[in-house]
Amino acid sequence: MATEHIVVNCTINGEQTTFLANERDSLLEALRDRIGLTGAKEGCNNGNCGACCVNMDGRIVNSCLVMAAECEGAEVRTVEGLASGDQLSPLQNAFLEQAALQCGICTPGFLVAAEALLEQNPDPSEHEIRYWLAGNLCRCTGYDKIIKAVQQAAGQSVV
Amino acid sequence: MVTAQSQPQSKETEQYNVIGTRPIRHDGVDKVTGAAQYGADISLPGMLAGRVLRSPHAHARIVSIDTSKAEALEGVLAVITNADFPRASDEVIDTGEGTAQLNWVLDNVIASDKVLYKGHAVAAVAATDHHIAEDAVELIEVEYDVLTPVLDVRDAMVDGSPLLHDSLHTGEMDGSKSDNPSNTASHLQFTKGDLDAGFADADVVIEREFETSMAHQGYIEPHNGTAYYRADGTLDIYTSTQGAFVVRDSVAPLLQLSPSQVKVTPMEIGGGFGGKIPVYLEPLAALLSQRTGRPVKLTMNREEVLLATGPTSGTYMRVRMGAKRDGTITAADVHLAFEAGAYPGSPVGAGAMCALAPYDIPNQRIDGYDVVVNKPKTAAYRAPGAPQSEFATESVLNELAEELGLDPLEMRLQNACEEGAQRADGFTYGIIGNVDCLQAAKESPHWQSELEGPNRGRGIAQGFWFNIGFESSAYAQVNGDGSVPLVLGSTDIGGTRASIAMQLAETLGISAEDVHPHVVDTNSVGYTQVTGGSRTTFAGGWAAYECAMDIRRQMEERAAQIWECDASDVSYGDDAIIRGPANEDGNDQQFTFKELAAQLVTSGGHIVGRADVNKTSSGPAFATHIVDVEVDPDTGKVDVLRYTAVQDAGTAIHPAYVEGQMQGGVAQGVGMALNEEYYYDDSGDLKNASLLDYRMPTALDLPMIDSIIVEVPNPGHPYGVRGVGEVPIIPPAPAVRAAIANAIGVHMNELPMSPRAILDATVLGGD
Repeated sequence: MATEHIVVNCTINGEQTTFLANERDSLLEALRDRIGLTGAKEGCNNGNCGACCVNMDGRIVNSCLVMAAECEGAEVRTVEGLASGDQLSPLQNAFLEQAALQCGICTPGFLVAAEALLEQNPDPSEHEIRYWLAGNLCRCTGYDKIIKAVQQAAGQSVV
Repeated sequence: MVTAQSQPQSKETEQYNVIGTRPIRHDGVDKVTGAAQYGADISLPGMLAGRVLRSPHAHARIVSIDTSKAEALEGVLAVITNADFPRASDEVIDTGEGTAQLNWVLDNVIASDKVLYKGHAVAAVAATDHHIAEDAVELIEVEYDVLTPVLDVRDAMVDGSPLLHDSLHTGEMDGSKSDNPSNTASHLQFTKGDLDAGFADADVVIEREFETSMAHQGYIEPHNGTAYYRADGTLDIYTSTQGAFVVRDSVAPLLQLSPSQVKVTPMEIGGGFGGKIPVYLEPLAALLSQRTGRPVKLTMNREEVLLATGPTSGTYMRVRMGAKRDGTITAADVHLAFEAGAYPGSPVGAGAMCALAPYDIPNQRIDGYDVVVNKPKTAAYRAPGAPQSEFATESVLNELAEELGLDPLEMRLQNACEEGAQRADGFTYGIIGNVDCLQAAKESPHWQSELEGPNRGRGIAQGFWFNIGFESSAYAQVNGDGSVPLVLGSTDIGGTRASIAMQLAETLGISAEDVHPHVVDTNSVGYTQVTGGSRTTFAGGWAAYECAMDIRRQMEERAAQIWECDASDVSYGDDAIIRGPANEDGNDQQFTFKELAAQLVTSGGHIVGRADVNKTSSGPAFATHIVDVEVDPDTGKVDVLRYTAVQDAGTAIHPAYVEGQMQGGVAQGVGMALNEEYYYDDSGDLKNASLLDYRMPTALDLPMIDSIIVEVPNPGHPYGVRGVGEVPIIPPAPAVRAAIANAIGVHMNELPMSPRAILDATVLGGD
């Protein structure tokens, strides 16, 4: 079965990027297998777990549900783009200080999703955080410390 | 007893300098920046992509497999089936949290004459691209002779039921075997006292039957395995596993290699909970690499994970328990039938030993049956067997308290095991925190509060788990700047680099940040058992302690050499000051750790500490959970309003990660209680093999989970560690059941207590 390859030009974490995608590649496959950015993870490959969350043109998407070819001209931000050099973002620091990860496989997706939440809603309630993050599954933490990390990054006092 | 409420960033134990603090975990930055390399993230030069063909049937004989069309597809380099593996013997190998016959391990990895569950691997392909590999498996033609599947544990035990294995006979504890083949692989029984006399003494006797569904560990990272068989006959494996040495010792005999030819590198692991102990993909990747001479990576998708890995047993259980009017439990009779999946090896033995473990009941009988069915071979899942058996026993105990009009917490206190109590399996407890947990729960703000509102209820339950010790290794080198790299063999699933490094730091008297823990491959560290059984902080920490003591001894000797005195005149203080005798001028001589470290190279070279421990002891773990729920009478949906988990950690090394284990265990237990189930149709087709339909708790489904750490130090550990990972998954289901009964007056006798099940039991009339 012959497959077509497609040249895709886009911006990834602020860097102009050109890559050759298999026509069947999802954005997640292109990021991981063609570009070498393995921060976004595959947990389910059908949009149910959120481990592959990336920010595309200001919107969080499950990159397993976006075709790579759709990214022509897009601005994509992944977990690898959250820190500035060796300076972690407030959210990344809060995840470390609150021990908001155990195995860490869901962490990239949670960070990307939570950053988008705080951009839109800088002072979310606990319910708003839980609602926003309901598309990201974590099996280790019971979510408690993740919610607290987001609260800390929002400047709220954390009990 | 010390109880500690959550206080981030504060030190909670005055006894220690490092233990009880909350340092940033050493691997944290890699895990918040996307730099951490998990199993599927690996890429090797010339690497091929693999794919597995899986059975569409739950039970069928394989008549023929034709791989010619797949082999002819451009880009396909190898296709393998079971017949391509060396013939496996029936020798028994160590599989981490248990043992298994090698031929059954192979047949589960890739089916031989029969497929025994939907999703059972039948063939595997290696190709230049994963899309080509996906196309290639579709071209493999398999002819099946479809057989009747056996899907329920009770059906499987009936004489005349279709048999999965003609060679399987029921084994008894005395070593005897049944004459006729059976789906019941084994029967075990523990007894204590006089059961009939115990029931005769009871004023109230309650008997209940329970059914629980299979449930999956649900780690977010699917299984993966990458192998590179090199021309010199060595095999490199990179995989997400809880036990790199288990992978080595499973793959080596399957390919008839020496363990010394196989090197397993444990990659970062995206959750395991027991389910990433068995091998699935690694042997297939290894053989594909052997056939092609190139590295081969295999990954599962989520459907494959749910169809063909894990889960924990579905069960049928029956419990009869009697008590006097004052609440004294006089007798308990427990019958446990556990689904093993397609091959023997359910956790029924552990379930049986745990069933009544928190209580000092004079007359007991516990029967357990390990039964094969046409569902995936079960794997360990967090306190394997105990969430089921203790669901049954805790539920009946709660009903007894209700019937007798007693406070369920007080009734537990009245019957609780303390030091010296003996279980039916013969184990006698040392110092345990069973009563301490109940007391802390009793004094908790949650238990002291009032719950108001319609359709709301409160429940409580207790949990017990053994924890284990066994073998762990460590070595550490003192660098000239006083920093200490620490080499470990334990996969770090939830912060054990930190918890082990902290015990090395405590022993040396240095900071956690000065220790740099690394998890390495099987050729680079001594044998280390799986990250499982709540053993890693216990046994790994003990190895780190011994390793640090080895360093202390060598530091004393080096200081003595520098001071030209006898080593016995030098002492290494817990404050990391190495003190010697007075010098010629009469002044005391001393080095700080860093001062001496700076002189090591010029005074004879580096110091390397090493330790290999193998501990058969452990520290039993107890937990008490309290939950408030609200039941929607129209939909049957249960909302968890408030949750408090109390647990004896022995000593909490890193309290934040102890709380994390407690909270995560609660979340999994609540999932098992309310939603998670394997839903099969009559043909053995799993109808909910996705994370949309296999419904695990989301952030919106849970409240904050209050954690109260009780510390009754384990006298059998240098720092009093017990292990914390497993016990918190046990109490949620019986606590939620009690809360539902308290809310709407209905006792649920199945798991999960899903909206469907609750409506069946209420408005739809029940069964």
